[in-house]
Amino acid sequence: MLRRASMLLARRPILAARARPFSTDLPAAPSADATFTEAWTKVIPNMDPPKTPLSFMQPRPPTPSSIPSKLTVNFVLPYASELATKEFANPCYDLIPVFKHSILSLFLLIVPATTGQMGVLPGHVATIAELKPGVLSVHEGSEVTKYFVSSGFVFIHANSFADIIAVEAVPLDRLDVNLVQKGLAEFTSKLSSATTDLEKAEAQIGIDVHSALNSALTG
Amino acid sequence: MAMAALRREGRRFAPLISPRPISAVRSSPIVPTHEYEGPIGVRYISTQVVRNRMKSVKNIQKITKAMKMVAASKLRAVQTKAENSRGLWQPFTALLGDLPSVDVKKNVVVTISSDKGLCGGINSTSVKISKGIYKLNSGPEKETKYVILGEKAKAQLIRDSKKDIELIITELQKNPLSYTQVSVLADEILKNVEYDALRIVFNKFHSVVSFVPTVSTVLSPEIVERESESGGKLGELDSYEVEGGETKGEILQNLAEFQFSCVMFNAVLENACSEQGARMSAMDSSSRNAGDMLDRLTLTYNRTRQASITTELIEIISGASALEG
Repeated sequence: MLRRASMLLARRPILAARARPFSTDLPAAPSADATFTEAWTKVIPNMDPPKTPLSFMQPRPPTPSSIPSKLTVNFVLPYASELATKEFANPCYDLIPVFKHSILSLFLLIVPATTGQMGVLPGHVATIAELKPGVLSVHEGSEVTKYFVSSGFVFIHANSFADIIAVEAVPLDRLDVNLVQKGLAEFTSKLSSATTDLEKAEAQIGIDVHSALNSALTG
Repeated sequence: MAMAALRREGRRFAPLISPRPISAVRSSPIVPTHEYEGPIGVRYISTQVVRNRMKSVKNIQKITKAMKMVAASKLRAVQTKAENSRGLWQPFTALLGDLPSVDVKKNVVVTISSDKGLCGGINSTSVKISKGIYKLNSGPEKETKYVILGEKAKAQLIRDSKKDIELIITELQKNPLSYTQVSVLADEILKNVEYDALRIVFNKFHSVVSFVPTVSTVLSPEIVERESESGGKLGELDSYEVEGGETKGEILQNLAEFQFSCVMFNAVLENACSEQGARMSAMDSSSRNAGDMLDRLTLTYNRTRQASITTELIEIISGASALEG
């Protein structure tokens, strides 16, 4: 039985390695949009057509047929890429049943979606989710990295790539409790004294963010 | 009168007129302003003129060298920001693909350019590409509008496309570029302009000497729905589950706005880098040209000086020999 387990283990990385080396395996994404370049050269023959983002994209792997064992996470902010294509592998994924919150999970990503905390594992169904201010935590084995995210989007693709785009994300230890309390009090008073809808909405947003910050720091 | 005309037309006539042709005058490239005729039609430039010219060219060389250094330091500052922001638009293109050839009724071309000049040809390239896209998307029932960022594109586009310009935004770089500023800008644009597809034209920064004109397309949520329903490149969008919000449309709306602000942020930073890089190379070639000009002027100056000394000597010697003689 142990020998069979080790055989299965050995087969997975070989499959993964074979899937990549041939360029035909990569998605048939053209490096430039052919219809655009053709239309351009017809109308404006003297100038080279401008490039489009497709030519600058790093290619993404195609959708695998079985549940992949690793999740590649891209966590980007306007000022930096926090995690750039960091791979999180869950070896022995289909041998050990992995529950979302059990201690056996070797990797888990929890994002604060508008519908609540959402857990992402390798092989998650393709999803587009909007984020609300909250805590994003990356559980890697026993280490947990937590960030407070202001808002953004998370895309989970079928090829086990997760893209998190946030406007601001700070590690929790950089937040000051006193300033959070002060901000919360300030916005609550602004809400009570707000007259127009716009002011009310802005004050409400401030309250939401600060209370999320509060619960992140305390909870 | 005729002499003055000849003077201006051809230094080649010098040997025909004067019995003592002076090579300096024949080969000088400068049209003299204070020319005077010496004995028997000898012509040479005043050294004062050449000296003035040398002084001004040297000053220009110093100024352009300083401008190059300033541009280099500004480039260093913006380049790190631009490179960090490059990861921002990739997830959107991975999800929604890139469809520059999409066929829509209302196109808006957002042209990003610089406020200051002396940066080479990048602004003209952006404007040419914008006009090209305008032409590409012209047809029955289709309209294309411009949104202009930056003074230089405004100056060029206002001449012939004044009626198509929706919004002009200038003085973008007064404060250091930040995402908040760009998102406010994006908000303004989205509020005031009706669009089916936004095409952002900018210069992508590859290296200090290479800037590639690029166009990024952001589609409105209705067009995204239409394209995903009709299959093709966006066909897989339906397979994505959409969490949160009441309708898929609401999420797509937020997504389109967010995509626009992210792509704008990256575009503005890349264009700023390209501007500084182009300015560096323009100022560099300008100081090199000034250096060449200075060399040529120095040679002319020396020749003129030596010629006048020779003439004086000849006069003295001929005078002395006449007295003896």
